[in-house]
Amino acid sequence: MSEAILEIEHLIKKYDELTVINDLSLSVKKGEVIVIVGSSGCGKSTLLRCLNGLEDIQGGSIKLNGEPVLKASKNISEIRRKIGMVFQSYELFPHMNVLDNILLAPVKVLNRKKEEVKDEAMTLLKRVGLDNKALAYPRQLSGGQKQRIAIVRALIMHPEVLLFDEVTAALDPEMVREVLEVILDLADEGKTMLIVTHEMQFAKAVADRIILLEEGKIWEEGTPEEFFNNPKTERSKEFLRSFTYKRKETVNEYADL
Amino acid sequence: MEFNSVLINLLLEGLRDTLIMVFISTFFGYVLGLPVGVLLAVTDKTGLRPHPVVYKITDFVVNILRSVPFLILLILLIPFTRFVVGQSYDTIGTIVPLTIAAAPFIARIVESSLKEVDPGVIEAARSMGASNWTIIVKVLLGEARSGLLVGITISLGTILGYSAMAGAVGGGGLGDIAIRYGYYRYETKIMLITVAVLIVLMQILQGTGNILSKKIDKRK
Repeated sequence: MSEAILEIEHLIKKYDELTVINDLSLSVKKGEVIVIVGSSGCGKSTLLRCLNGLEDIQGGSIKLNGEPVLKASKNISEIRRKIGMVFQSYELFPHMNVLDNILLAPVKVLNRKKEEVKDEAMTLLKRVGLDNKALAYPRQLSGGQKQRIAIVRALIMHPEVLLFDEVTAALDPEMVREVLEVILDLADEGKTMLIVTHEMQFAKAVADRIILLEEGKIWEEGTPEEFFNNPKTERSKEFLRSFTYKRKETVNEYADL
Repeated sequence: MEFNSVLINLLLEGLRDTLIMVFISTFFGYVLGLPVGVLLAVTDKTGLRPHPVVYKITDFVVNILRSVPFLILLILLIPFTRFVVGQSYDTIGTIVPLTIAAAPFIARIVESSLKEVDPGVIEAARSMGASNWTIIVKVLLGEARSGLLVGITISLGTILGYSAMAGAVGGGGLGDIAIRYGYYRYETKIMLITVAVLIVLMQILQGTGNILSKKIDKRK
């Protein structure tokens, strides 16, 4: 693969005394799809938020194409334009219709012409099967539809990296597929993505590399085959076991009596 | 005084003066209060750009202005009112103190409406690289619009109440009529009619405000 697009070195993120990300280093190549898994509270979401400069960091560095991503820096807005983010709870603007939701950033942030972006927005909406919802308001959409709109809203900025933060966690099971298929499609297209998810089947299908994050560190990383078939650490085995269910064998304690 | 055309004319004139005072004062109250309300919401510790010093100072000034009873403010402001509009009595003279009394109240109402906006959508806008200015104009004010409209209704109602008080110190409008005819001259009928007109006015303002605010609320 080609050169690194996103370079994380010795990243440390603390909330007061609590260390959430602990000396984490990761290099993401252009076109790479990285899936981050881990138990809840392991720092996955915090990591993504740091990558978009939404959190201040206490140590280390994050660089996008060599430029530092730092919440306090003057040009952070310019960097954020190049990093798209999709949230668990969609975060569509409730008072704007679908089209206005999508057009806000390209028109107000990139100063592109409304008419020109509108055409592009319609093409993208068509691609996710929602071109008939362009004038609908968020409240009129299902969760899956809202999330597909949120993805379009991120895509229209032509970001160099896309961050997905548990985007299906709030969805009913039957809506998960329609969202994940859009993301799979983006992976095929060669988009660089970091995806936090609990959908292991999806992780297996979409990832070039899987990272197990525990205690704010990369505990284990590998290809999906390695990770799912031959987990190296006890922690990852335990993590994977948490997705399978087995009834306890019924033991009759009084059998001998 | 009989219920005749003289009385009707008197009431109509009062109504006109009251409407002029209330709407102009509310308008200028927003010209002053809206930016201050935005400043309070933005610089608060959970705001877009927290700034404890700016917040504390603004907060303090707003509280001070809000604590002064309106009648006292009216009198304290007489020299200032004279300086601004040339007279300190009648309809025009009342607009200045009404505006000064309304602005801090409006600032608080604006602040609380803006704080109702879901922090998640603000963060989403930020993650797209939107500047604070774009977020304030497009997201904060845009998403808070039904709350802001309810705020305008509340402000109009409050200022209507204040404007009637101004009648006591030579302001114009319905309050002035109620005090001069009804109170000083014991013409209870006129006082009651005036109060009735004020009640109807308040109902109309509140009702219209509620309908409009529901109409522009796209969340439900």
